[in-house]
Amino acid sequence: MSDQGDLLVARISIHRRRKFTNAVALCACVCAMAFGLFWLSWILIETIRLGLGGLNLAVFTELTPPPMAETGGLLNAIAGSLEMVILATLLGTPIGVLAGVYLVEYGQKTTLGTLTRFINDILLSAPSIIVGLFIYGVLVAPAKQFSAYAGICALALIVIPVVIRTTDNMLSLIPGSLREAAYALGTPKWKVILKITLKSARAGVITGILLAVARISGETAPLLFTALSNQFWSSSLSEPTASLPVTIFKFALSPYENWQKLAWAGVFIITFGVLMLNIFARFLFGNKK
Amino acid sequence: METKLTMPPEEKIKISVKDLNFYYGKFHALKNISLDIPEKKVTAFIGPSGCGKSTLLRTFNRMFELYPEQRAEGSISVDGENILVSKLDVSLIRAKIGMVFQKPTPFPMSIYENIAFGVRLFEKLTRVEMDERVEWALKKAALWSEVKDKLGQSGSGLSGGQQQRLCIARGVAIKPEILLLDEPCSALDPISTGKIEELINELKADYTVLIVTHNMQQAARCSDYTAYMYLGDLMEIGATSDIFMKPKRKETEDYITGRFG
Amino acid sequence: MASVISNTRLEESHLDRLEPMQRPPSIKGSPVWIDKLFSLMAHVAAILTLILLFAIIGSLVIGAWPAISEYGISFLWHSEWDPVQNRYGGLVMIYGTVMTSIIALLIAVPVSFGIALFLTELSPGWLRRPLGIAVELLAAVPSIVYGMWGLLVFSPVLVKYVQLPLQSLLVDVPYLRALVSGSPVGIGILSAGIILAIMITPFIASVMRDVFEVTPPMLKESAYALGSTTWEVVSKVVLPFTKTGVVGGIMLGLGRAIGETMAVTFVIGNFNQLNSLSLFEAANSITSALANEFAEADAGLHQASLMYLGLVLFVITFTVLAMSKLMLNQLRKNEGTSS
Repeated sequence: MSDQGDLLVARISIHRRRKFTNAVALCACVCAMAFGLFWLSWILIETIRLGLGGLNLAVFTELTPPPMAETGGLLNAIAGSLEMVILATLLGTPIGVLAGVYLVEYGQKTTLGTLTRFINDILLSAPSIIVGLFIYGVLVAPAKQFSAYAGICALALIVIPVVIRTTDNMLSLIPGSLREAAYALGTPKWKVILKITLKSARAGVITGILLAVARISGETAPLLFTALSNQFWSSSLSEPTASLPVTIFKFALSPYENWQKLAWAGVFIITFGVLMLNIFARFLFGNKK
Repeated sequence: METKLTMPPEEKIKISVKDLNFYYGKFHALKNISLDIPEKKVTAFIGPSGCGKSTLLRTFNRMFELYPEQRAEGSISVDGENILVSKLDVSLIRAKIGMVFQKPTPFPMSIYENIAFGVRLFEKLTRVEMDERVEWALKKAALWSEVKDKLGQSGSGLSGGQQQRLCIARGVAIKPEILLLDEPCSALDPISTGKIEELINELKADYTVLIVTHNMQQAARCSDYTAYMYLGDLMEIGATSDIFMKPKRKETEDYITGRFG
Repeated sequence: MASVISNTRLEESHLDRLEPMQRPPSIKGSPVWIDKLFSLMAHVAAILTLILLFAIIGSLVIGAWPAISEYGISFLWHSEWDPVQNRYGGLVMIYGTVMTSIIALLIAVPVSFGIALFLTELSPGWLRRPLGIAVELLAAVPSIVYGMWGLLVFSPVLVKYVQLPLQSLLVDVPYLRALVSGSPVGIGILSAGIILAIMITPFIASVMRDVFEVTPPMLKESAYALGSTTWEVVSKVVLPFTKTGVVGGIMLGLGRAIGETMAVTFVIGNFNQLNSLSLFEAANSITSALANEFAEADAGLHQASLMYLGLVLFVITFTVLAMSKLMLNQLRKNEGTSS
C-alpha cells in the first residue's frame, strides 16, 4: 500500500518539475515575442514621429536642397525612385514569370530545372551590393558613366529571383487535373499555360510582383554605384539619377539639420509605401484564397 | 489477355485495342489488353482500386503523354487508325475524344467562356453561332435552364453537380465522337449523380461513351456493355446483363457478388 | 488517314439532331511554331538565371584581378588599408563582417526561436494570424530604416544604458575590459551587431515558423496524447524532427546578415583600423567599405581591392546560402519519408 503512495509521491514531484520547466520555457518564449515586438514598435514609432515631423508639402514639390538651405524637398528623389522602380519591374517581371513557368511546366524533374531553382534561391538572398558591383562592371565602367539605365538593370536583377520564386510556388499550387482538362479538349501547351494555368494563378503571381516592387523600392546598395545620385533633375535615363534611398543615405549621415529632417521624411515615405504595398498584396491574395 | 466481345453483328466497332501494355516507369500497369468498344453505346469499366481502369481510359486520348515516365505499347485503333502512332498532332486527336474527370474542373472564366474556350481552339464561329453552340452544349448537359441567366458568372460559383455538368457540356461542345468519363460522379451527391446518369443515357444517342466507375450499381444502371478489370488484366467483357447475371469467369462473379474488393 | 478527323461522317449522321444553322466546322489546330517559340522563351529565361550567376562571379574576378595578382591570398589577413600609399589588405573588413554577423546571430537566433515557437504553439488562435502577419511585414521594412534609426535614435541610448555601464562594470576585469574599451559614442561593432540582430529577427522568425509548421500534426498529437507538456513536445518531438530545417533557417539568416549593407554602415564607424579588439571602437565591414569608398575609388588598385572584397563576400554568402538550402531541402525530404 505504501508502495503505491511512494509511487504517487514520486510521480507528483516529477510532474511538478516538468510543469516548472514547461512554464519557464514558455515564459521565455513570450518574453522573446514581447522583446521582438518592443524593438520593432520602437523603430516604427520613431520613424512615424520623426518622419511626420519632417513631412510637409515642400517635400513633394521641391528639389533636393544644398546643405543648410531653408527650403527644399525630395521631389527629384521620389520621381527618380518611381521611374527606376517601375522600369525595373517592367524589365524583370517577364523574365521572372517565364522562368517560373519553365520551372513548373517544362522543367519538373530535369537537371536544368533543379539547378535553376537552387541557384535562384541563392540569388534571392545574395547581397544586393554585389548586384550593384556587377552592373557597375558591366554597364557603368565601360560607358564611364553612372546612369539610370544601370540602376534599372541592377534593380531588375533583384526583381527576377523574387518573381521566379513566387511564380514557381503559385503555379505549383494549380492542380494537375485542371491542366489535364484543358489538354483533353485538345488545347496546345502554350495556351494551357497562358489561358488556364497562369490565369488561375494570376492573383498569386501578381502578389509576387508587388512584393518584388516593395523590396526594390527600399533597396539602397544596388543604386550606390549604378545610378549614383543627382542634386537636380536628370534629363535622361543615361545620367546619374537621384533616388529616395540613396538620397536618404547621403542626408542622414551628414551633420546638416535640414538634410537630416528630409532624410526622416524620406524614410517615412519609403516605409509607408513598402508596408502599404505588402498589405495590399496580402489582401489581394488573401481574398482569392 | 484475349477476350472477345460478343455483340450483335449490326453493332459497329468504334475503338479496337490490341495487345496494349502500359508502364508507369517499371511498373507494368496494363497487361496485354485487347478489346473492342462498340459505337454509340455506353461501355463501363469496373474493378477494384488499382486494377487499371482509369489508366486504360487515359490511353484513349493519350493523356499519359504529359508524364514522361508513363508509356504505352500496342495499338489503339479509332475508326481503323492507330492513334498511338498517328502522325497527327495530338491536339486534333484529343478534339475527337472528350474527357470528364473525377473532380469538376471549371476553368477560371465565365460559364460561357468555359464552353467557348474549347470550341474556339478549332472553329471560327460568329457571335451568334457561338451563342447557339453554348446553348446547345448546355442543353445537352441538362444545365441550360439553371444557368441561362448567369452565363457571365464564374464557373466556380456553381455547385459540385452543376460544375460537373458544365465540364460535360464543355467536353460535348467541341463535338467529339467519343466521351471518356472517369468516375464522373464520385465527388457528387446522390441527386446530382442521378441527373448525370440520366444524361449518360441520352448522350449515347450521339456519342460512344466509356465510363469508369467504382459503383457497380451505376454500371448496371447506365451501361450497355461492361468490362471487368483486375490488376491490369481484362478479365471479362460482355453485355451488361450477361456480366451481372451470368458472368463467364469465377473472378468476375466473385467481384460482382462482393466477395472481395 | 482522314477517317479519324473527318467531320463529314459526323455531320451527315448528326445534322438532323443538331441545331439547324450548323455550318460544318473547319478543324484548325494552332500552328506548332507558337508552341515551340513559347517553350524556347521559357527555357531561355531559366538559363538566364544560371548565366547570371556565372556572370556575377566572372565580373567580380575580372574586376578584382589587379588586386588578386598583386596580393594573392594574403589579402585576407593583412589589415593595412591605405589609399594614399596604395596598399590594401582586407582583414579589417572581413573581421568586421564576421564579428557583426556573429553578434547578430547570438542575439537574433534565441529571440527568433522564441517568437517562432510562440507563433506555432503558444499563441491563442485569435492572436496567431495578426502576429504572424506583423512579423512578416516587419521583415519587409527596408534596411535603411534600421540603419538610420540605429544611428540617430538608438546609439545615444546605447551609450547611456549599455556601453557606459558595461565599461564601469568590467573596469577591473583584465581581458573583457579590452572588449569594451575606447570612448563610447554608440558606434562600432557592437552597435552594428545589435542593429543587424533586430533587422534579421523577423526574417529568421518567419523561416523558423514555416519550418515548425512542417511537422505533421499527427506526430505532435501522439506526444501530447502520452501526457507531454508543450515544451516537451517542442524540445523532444518538433525540434529533432525539424533540426536540419532550423539550422538551414539560421544559416539563411546568417547569409542575409553577412550581405547586409545599410543596417551596418550607419553605425559601424567606417574606420579601417584593427588596433584594438574593442567592440566599441569604430570599425568596418565589407559591405560598409564598398558602400562608402567604391563610388570615388580610382580605377586602379583601390577599386580592384574593393572588388576583391566583394568577391570574398560573394563566395562566403554563396557557400552559406548553398549549405542552408541543402539543409532545408533535406528537411523537406525527411518530412516526405516519415509522414
